[in-house]
Amino acid sequence: MKTKYCIGIDIGSTCAKTVVLSQDKSVLLQLLQPTGWSSVDTAEDIRRRLESAGFPIEGGAAVATGYGRVSVPYADKCVTEITCHGRGACHIYGADQLTVIDIGGQDTKIIRIENGAVSDFLMNDKCSAGTGRFLEIMANTLAVRPEELCSMAAEGGGVSISSMCTVFAESEVISLIGRGEKRENIAFAVVDSIVKKVSSQAGRMAGGQGAVCLTGGLCGYPYLRQSLSDALGCEVRTAEDGRYAGAMGAALSALALEKQQSAEK
Amino acid sequence: MSDYVSMWKDLGMDLESHDLLCQVLPTAVGDVFLTQENRPKGMDFWDLVISEVHGIRPKELIEEQKKGRKVFGTFCVYVPDEVILAANGIVTGLCGGSQFWVPGGEAVLPKSTCPLIKASVGARLGRTCPFFRIADMYVGETTCDGKKKAYEILGEDVPMYVMDVPQMKREKDILKWKDEIAAFAQKVEEFTGNTITVEKLNEAIRVINEKRKALARVYNCRKAACLPISGRDALLMMQISFFDDPVRCAQMCNKLADELEQRIADGVSVVPAGTKRILVTGTPLAVPNWKLHNIIETSGGAVVCEEMCTGTRYFENLVDETQTTLEGQFMALSQRYMKTNCACFTPNTGRIDDILRMVKEYQVDGVIDCSLKFCCLYDTEKYGVSRALKEAGVPVLSLETDYADTDAEQLRTRIGAFIELLNG
Repeated sequence: MKTKYCIGIDIGSTCAKTVVLSQDKSVLLQLLQPTGWSSVDTAEDIRRRLESAGFPIEGGAAVATGYGRVSVPYADKCVTEITCHGRGACHIYGADQLTVIDIGGQDTKIIRIENGAVSDFLMNDKCSAGTGRFLEIMANTLAVRPEELCSMAAEGGGVSISSMCTVFAESEVISLIGRGEKRENIAFAVVDSIVKKVSSQAGRMAGGQGAVCLTGGLCGYPYLRQSLSDALGCEVRTAEDGRYAGAMGAALSALALEKQQSAEK
Repeated sequence: MSDYVSMWKDLGMDLESHDLLCQVLPTAVGDVFLTQENRPKGMDFWDLVISEVHGIRPKELIEEQKKGRKVFGTFCVYVPDEVILAANGIVTGLCGGSQFWVPGGEAVLPKSTCPLIKASVGARLGRTCPFFRIADMYVGETTCDGKKKAYEILGEDVPMYVMDVPQMKREKDILKWKDEIAAFAQKVEEFTGNTITVEKLNEAIRVINEKRKALARVYNCRKAACLPISGRDALLMMQISFFDDPVRCAQMCNKLADELEQRIADGVSVVPAGTKRILVTGTPLAVPNWKLHNIIETSGGAVVCEEMCTGTRYFENLVDETQTTLEGQFMALSQRYMKTNCACFTPNTGRIDDILRMVKEYQVDGVIDCSLKFCCLYDTEKYGVSRALKEAGVPVLSLETDYADTDAEQLRTRIGAFIELLNG
């Protein structure tokens, strides 16, 4: 009987996040793992991990989200990451009026929440400017980890990257390295480029009520949060569980699904 | 479509490349159309036409050419079919809708040209579309800069006549368009060797009006709460109406409308009750571009109307049939065509009024405003369209795409999230 817990699985382009929630919406388990090259294998691995943690798939409703959502054969339903991030952020931040900025591996989403539901959203197009991937590639070029790049950026300044295209921006970074620019300054330029791109997107959704919060893999980087707050002219909130917002939203959808199913029975 | 090989050969087509194009079409038709359940019986006609899209109608056109009739290829709903028909000419729409032709267009055009133009140029220069080979004359128009310049390139390969569409809708612009229609009529007379008389033009006006009324009848059925036809099927009908014989088109559409009206009376719907009703607005969807409709309708939505050139802009408003002089008829034509709200005009608030009206008429839950990449005009209008819809409390999703399938999953996420938003 499916009554004890609900499972949300968010297979993103870089990381897969899993959340198990109890009936009263408290978190029973969180899993984080790289997506790797096969969403199908990742989904199978998650199934095994859930089982060994005492939450077999058969024991609770499961909803999948993220770009790999279609690769989770055991999910009861797929819900888009936009709806899930919205729902998850509402729960994590305990608010029903919110603007959610999710900087993911391959896309950036701005989601407006009114009365606890998604009322509007924007997503970057095919281009990877302003996404986690952009940060990752630039960090690679600078031979540091993404979180190091963000901390270094706090110490830099005075340089900017003009290209929006990741490939061209990378060659700009290489030119900066070539002319002996300090790594901190280049790191600053990289973060600045992401912040400008994201804040111009967010600006298109301006005028909303409630707090602005950041979710996704980059929400644990204090300098990024601070720069984004400065650019938007308002405090951007982050939370420890921010990167689980999508999985949390999926688990909440699973809970709703289960209630709906038991009501039908 | 193997029976038509000799015809294609006679048309000077590149058969090897054309084979590649023909190979992908049946799968696309199967995936998009034939997988649907409970389709109207009347769709059989359009299924047949699309299954032999490079065969059936081209063969008819060639038969007519043998009798001395001229075929005019057009790219815009502003070109008056009536004038061509009055001189015993035949109109065929030429807009390219396949990614297959885009690289051929990019060989001569800037990459940052809209895919419709690139595909159209590629279809001509690559010799892989019979319609582009058959047309004796192309009729262009000045509705956007990309087209204007592309016509110069096409004009080196085929007789080309360009109509100068006004950019504003003042009284003097309507008079100017009347003069353009009169000048075009003269050109058509010269090219066909036939004189356009008041009687012939009135008959042509009547024929095209009947076609518009028939298309409108089908669209009218889509306003019903019980949805008797899918958006995909309605789009296919609309796309094919651009190159079918106008009299047969009206007959087939009326026959389909009979069936749809009966379905409404019997409560037969192609979607479950409560399926969210989507109005699609923006740039045209030329055959075989079914990407947007297919994604919407396989993500839990139903398309109930297209505020597009391949949609309401093609059939709304009729031409006055009571004029007794050519001058009066040209003016009546101008007045009707100038009511079409294309983004090439400034201001173009009429389009927003149309969208808001259609949201009510078609009982729309949400609007998807989609433009082809590099269409500056429709892309810019998204701002005003989405503001007006938000003020009216209507959810709207703005999208930009091209003919390639590479963004299908990204589109699916956005459209899926939009439908989830509508479902609450």
